Amino acid sequence: MSKTRVVVDPITRIEGHLRIEAQAENGRIANAWATSTQFRGIEIIMQGRDPRDAWAFTQRICGVCTVVHAVASCRAVEDALDITIPPNANLIRNLIHGMQFVQDHVIHFYHLHALDWVDVVSALKADPAATSALARKISPWPNNSETLFREVQDRLKKFVGSGQLGIFTNGYWGHPAYKLPPEANLLAVSHYLEALDWQRDVIRLHTVFGGKNPHPNFLVGGMASAINLDDTATINAERLTDIRDMITRAQRFVEEVYWPDLLAIASFYKEWASIGGGVRNYLAVGEFPEGDVRETERLYLPRGIVLDRDLTRVWPYDHELVKEYITSSWYEYSAGDAEGLHPWQGETKAKYAGPPTPWEYLQDSPKYSWMKSPRYDGKPMEVGPLARMLVGFAAGHEDIRAIVKQVLDRLEVGPAALFSTLGRTAARGIETVLLARRMNTWYDRLVERIKSGDTQTFAGAKWEPSSWPAKAQGYGYLDAPRGALGHWVQIENGKISRYQCVVPSTWNCSPRDGQGQMGPYEAALVDNHPLVNPEQPLEILRTIHSFDPCMACGVHVLDAAGNRITEVTVQ
Amino acid sequence: MLLPHPVPWTDNETLREHLEARGVSRRDFLQFCTGLAAVLGLDSLAVPRIARALETLKRPSVVWIQLQECTGCVESVLRTADPTIGNLVLDLVSLDYSHTLMAAAGTAAERALHDAMTANAGKYLLVVTGSVPLAEGGIYTTIGGRTAKTILEEAAAGAAAVVAIGACAHWGSVQAARPNPTGAVGVSSIVKDRPVVNIAGCPPIGDVVTATIVHFLTFGRLPALDAEGRPMFAYGARIHDQCPRRANFDAGQYVEVFDDEAARKGWCLYHVGCKGPGTFSPCPIFQWNTRTSWPIGAGHPCIGCTEPKFWDTMSPFYDRLPDVGGFGVEQRLDLLGAALAIGATAGVAAHAVATGVHQVRARRAAAALPVLGEGSAVPPPTGGGREGGASHE
Repeated sequence: MSKTRVVVDPITRIEGHLRIEAQAENGRIANAWATSTQFRGIEIIMQGRDPRDAWAFTQRICGVCTVVHAVASCRAVEDALDITIPPNANLIRNLIHGMQFVQDHVIHFYHLHALDWVDVVSALKADPAATSALARKISPWPNNSETLFREVQDRLKKFVGSGQLGIFTNGYWGHPAYKLPPEANLLAVSHYLEALDWQRDVIRLHTVFGGKNPHPNFLVGGMASAINLDDTATINAERLTDIRDMITRAQRFVEEVYWPDLLAIASFYKEWASIGGGVRNYLAVGEFPEGDVRETERLYLPRGIVLDRDLTRVWPYDHELVKEYITSSWYEYSAGDAEGLHPWQGETKAKYAGPPTPWEYLQDSPKYSWMKSPRYDGKPMEVGPLARMLVGFAAGHEDIRAIVKQVLDRLEVGPAALFSTLGRTAARGIETVLLARRMNTWYDRLVERIKSGDTQTFAGAKWEPSSWPAKAQGYGYLDAPRGALGHWVQIENGKISRYQCVVPSTWNCSPRDGQGQMGPYEAALVDNHPLVNPEQPLEILRTIHSFDPCMACGVHVLDAAGNRITEVTVQ
Repeated sequence: MLLPHPVPWTDNETLREHLEARGVSRRDFLQFCTGLAAVLGLDSLAVPRIARALETLKRPSVVWIQLQECTGCVESVLRTADPTIGNLVLDLVSLDYSHTLMAAAGTAAERALHDAMTANAGKYLLVVTGSVPLAEGGIYTTIGGRTAKTILEEAAAGAAAVVAIGACAHWGSVQAARPNPTGAVGVSSIVKDRPVVNIAGCPPIGDVVTATIVHFLTFGRLPALDAEGRPMFAYGARIHDQCPRRANFDAGQYVEVFDDEAARKGWCLYHVGCKGPGTFSPCPIFQWNTRTSWPIGAGHPCIGCTEPKFWDTMSPFYDRLPDVGGFGVEQRLDLLGAALAIGATAGVAAHAVATGVHQVRARRAAAALPVLGEGSAVPPPTGGGREGGASHE
């Protein structure tokens, strides 16, 4: 049989610009290439700046996960300058980041991923009464009424009848890979709409503490939102009550809508529990410090590495073992392309080496992406919700073990089912439930501290550059919604001399390294992976979306010498 | 991200019919028109006119392309204050093409874009987020194997007008900060023969975006613009002149260190770097996220994100304004008083004529616009700023 070349560019329903090329053979994917097609050079721009400004610049790497780079940057600078932030500031950052996770994961499920599993057109055939019965069986959510489902369906009928499919135009409706009964499709479409209003409400937690969203404000040394119960312009009882209510509404939606929907939909797609596993190693840097950020044993989601899918052991993580390779990337290294460099020594010189635009195929080029290839001790690593839940499961984390077991029992599958496209999507839901619950704990602790008289939100002893050493360097870690993130900063005479980020989508979207090891996207696409109709690459979207790609985040460059990027060779 | 609504606005339906189909009451609709009039700086007499114009409107074609960016602007639009009508506008702008959210991918998605542009050539409103990298032949951002510049030029060629949303589309933003490694520029550096309105900010407030689009739909043309191509209804006044902490500034009550006693009383942030005195933005009035708060309201100084080149001219962000590179103001602002300090940069000079809220209101009243009849062609933009305006290349 001959191989069919498949190109999906743009991959839609993601953040940023991603291209997938594949070769299909006998209804399966035989080979795959992942390409990041955008480059912004933000790390070059960091050089010579005030390190206290770095959070604002790096925050603009991504407006979807709009919290993660800012916090990682603050942590890197605080590490370099030996600043310990007040416990209140840490709790506020946890609440902000916690809500980022919850909101981001729910949006991903309904608005970016659902259309891979939910056939909108099929919802027309649903019986609203049966839909309501189905919904009430799995959840006490009060809006799951027959009236509401009928109303949503009537509107759907009207517009499908009009022939104007809008943004649903050219979707793969009726594709045989869609398996949900019409009632489940109608349920998902209805909740897709409710989630839109819900996210707008709960994300206001960022606005109370950070002034706006996207891109709320942060501060090296703590948080700028002062606490004073007796003033109108500060964090007071009125604002704290607003926060309290948002957390309650966030948790309720997660537990009564997202979680039951996810389990119900997953139960129709169990074959995807053996598809799309990919690389066999999983890395979590851990997140949500419940003490000082340096006390990594006090992270709510634990740190560690699972190797070769062995869940009996968790290996320690040491950031010194992270290296980036450029064998397949449009860059060059002074010591040659075979070298791997740790971020402290990181260097990047862009050197485009693909075909001239417009492209037809990139798969014939040895170099094919703006992403570098990060490797841990030479191994590719998957990062993200699945990695975190696997590390937590293997480490014996009680909350994680309990809920993972609940899911496996419900779907009647074993732990091996986690290493898959479906496992990735389920893990995202699992941690959303855990974090929505945990936010209550952080809120209660913050209120307890305020009650006891501690309102400090900022540690100012090292604010002035005159208090800094002539040279300093720091590492800021953070496990973001999409996975392990690291910022490395070097400071000389009060200014940034080098800045480097290794981000989740760089780990997951990385191209092949010098040993020919594929990155996680690529490896997942060739792991027992179907592709029934290359003209309608629905299956590719399922697996790629299960990673929740965030391409702007993956864009990576540093020119250590501070030079402009050198000439690009267009072949 | 943009949400496809299950009841999109169809081609032959008026907005009134469409709203009925969606279950929006007449009362809610008029309430929205009243709110919109306030946002646009028009008095209540304009409400019936806005309502009439919107009701009889047939669905315009809007194409939204995303170039070199972080998607924060799309997220911001998703957080507009009025859920019902906000969704409507979202639905409308996302109707033909939006690669963040559409169901189709790859060639099917590209075909949808091509079809939308061909079917509505010369008539659609083009919305752009993200900048255009020009260095090295534009290789730093490609979609479907084609460069951002090529995609923008093609999309702009058939557009009636262009709305550039956010600092990236406005002037390049963070990737255009020194030394601008990818040669990033804003939309108006590429599109010279079409009206371009810049919704400034990193990101802008979502409500400004929807208000601008609704303005276009209601009056058939873009709102009055300042020298930067920004709508006057939103960017006509300085933060400093609208700030609730202005009284503290005038009284010499300043936060000197974060979390000090003054910070816990909500005093002025000028001494810890606030760029409000050099920034034209509706933040204090519109506020953020269904009017929950805004940056200064949450205790952090303004970083000036609606001004061109703010990453370089407004940083270091925690330095006091006259010390900030790019301003070159000799005198200390707090000695000089607010109004004098502002003429220092070319980008904001055009505003010096009218910094007071009172003057802004007067100008808004004068700019009350006629409603265009059905089927009118789109006239050129109003507002004298752009012809002789400052360049931001």
